[in-house]
Amino acid sequence: MKSEVIGLRDVWVYHDGLPVLEDVTISIRSHDFLGIIGPNGGGKTTLLKVMLGLITPERGEVKVLGGDPEGNRRHIGYVPQHSPFDHDFPISVMDVVLTGRAGQRLFGRYSDQDRKLAHDTLKMVDMLPFAKRQIGKLSGGERQRVFIARALVTEPEVLLLDEPTAGIDAHIQTEFYEILKKLKEKMAIVMVSHDLTAISIYVDKIACLNRRLFYHNSKELTSDDLEAAYQCPVEFIAHGLPHRVLKEH
Amino acid sequence: MVEMVWMIEILQYGFMVNALTAALLSAIACGIVGAYVVVKRIVFISGGIAHASFGGIGLGYFLGIEPVICVIPFSIASALSIGEVSRRRGLSEDAAIGIIWAMGMAIGIMFISLTPGYAPDLFSYLFGNILTVPHSDLLIMLLLDVVIVILVYLFYKEFLAMSFDEEFATVVGVPAHRLYLLLLCLVALTAVVLIRVVGIILVIALLTIPATVSRRFTDVLWKMMVLSTIFSAMFSIIGIYLSYLFDLPSGSTIILVSGVVFLLSLLMPSRHILKY
Ligand SMILES: Nc1ncnc2c1ncn2[C@@H]1O[C@H](COP(=O)(O)OP(=O)(O)OP(=O)(O)O)[C@@H](O)[C@H]1O
Ligand SMILES: [Mg+2]
Repeated sequence: MKSEVIGLRDVWVYHDGLPVLEDVTISIRSHDFLGIIGPNGGGKTTLLKVMLGLITPERGEVKVLGGDPEGNRRHIGYVPQHSPFDHDFPISVMDVVLTGRAGQRLFGRYSDQDRKLAHDTLKMVDMLPFAKRQIGKLSGGERQRVFIARALVTEPEVLLLDEPTAGIDAHIQTEFYEILKKLKEKMAIVMVSHDLTAISIYVDKIACLNRRLFYHNSKELTSDDLEAAYQCPVEFIAHGLPHRVLKEH
Repeated sequence: MVEMVWMIEILQYGFMVNALTAALLSAIACGIVGAYVVVKRIVFISGGIAHASFGGIGLGYFLGIEPVICVIPFSIASALSIGEVSRRRGLSEDAAIGIIWAMGMAIGIMFISLTPGYAPDLFSYLFGNILTVPHSDLLIMLLLDVVIVILVYLFYKEFLAMSFDEEFATVVGVPAHRLYLLLLCLVALTAVVLIRVVGIILVIALLTIPATVSRRFTDVLWKMMVLSTIFSAMFSIIGIYLSYLFDLPSGSTIILVSGVVFLLSLLMPSRHILKY
């Protein structure tokens, strides 16, 4: 039996009095690879932040690895949609990746094992030659790869990816999805994406979020779901979505 | 040669030895903490903390306690309240800083006016007078330096992670918000160290100028701290020399020297600056 790594039950979140998530219930189990699609402002980023304990829901229950998110979020690797960092910050690519290990031991220096892990992870995303480069002196796609490495170096049990391939070229994207395929053996992955083709190829389950979550614990969504979520006729959104995803009605 | 003669000549005055010691002690605090202030972009917050600490000076006069001692708890309290209040949702951080900045100064003025008699040295707290630093203040400065160096040494990697990306640091288990408050407390302690050198009103200059100049030479935070300590010591010593020579107010001379070096550093095109 695959164990639950993240569970949300009847979760409601409001921003300034308006509901952003309505009655969301979802259970993510180890080795799940879940894709989340949905329109802009649908609450995808908010949902990931609820899982990370960065946003506390007004109502409902959030469990990470059986405990509360604040206590267990160290086991989650997170690639944010926007990292609000300062391009002029004096930090190297290597040191950015190492910050993924900063919570392992408070006080003191990084261990040799931390450094080896950071080194190997940078190699995996093809960024090792840039290790000493200041973080601001990278292209957007290169930087995104560094942030992916920073999430992986935490040796997570769940990976939360918020549009991780936005701005990454096709070649690296394919490599990235191949990496995810391998990582799936070791961890659960939740990926928010607008790339419906990639979603339909790589993920095992799909959910669609627009305040409410449309999810059947499978790779299938009905066109009613999609129409309800995107609030437009399904042809507009589903032409990128192959038939193995879209259930016939 | 001339400088050597000058050095030997003025070192015979005890107050000059004190002034140079104060310059070095304050350079350590503002080199290290100033680097964080600049890279984390908390210059305005730091200005607020420094100015609000004037309330502590006033309280010291009122209670008849040495103002420099009274200012430590007061500036830490204002650092913590700025740190907490500015994070409230629906409250602009800028406005919160401005309010606490002004409240602290108003409290200081109120206490001073309630204190019978006149307030000796008041001017030197506001504008600094490094040539009159008493021995006891040097001891306090040394102690605060030790606290700052130990904390930054212990939490270097956590401070770096928090300064770079607070949200991500929180997720990986670094107590980022508490570290942020601790950083503001270090700013408060640095303000106390700098009060005697340049005065409350000019503290912000020594927190920002040496660090900004050294940022142009390196992309590594700890090297930036070392460089800005050296720059700050240089600015203070040159400033002390000039103010002694031409009988100028020491605090503003130090700041003007720093400002001139800052302008000169801007003239160097940054791609010609060797970064290592
Ligand atoms: N800090 C905030 N304060 C107020 N409202 C917010 C805040 N953050 C998000 N919202 C609102 O919450 C809703 C969901 O936002 P969220 O960022 O989760 O959407 P998203 O699905 O990630 O969108 P996108 O596809 O554009 O990334 C939006 O309507 C947004 O206006
Ligand atoms: Mg989003």
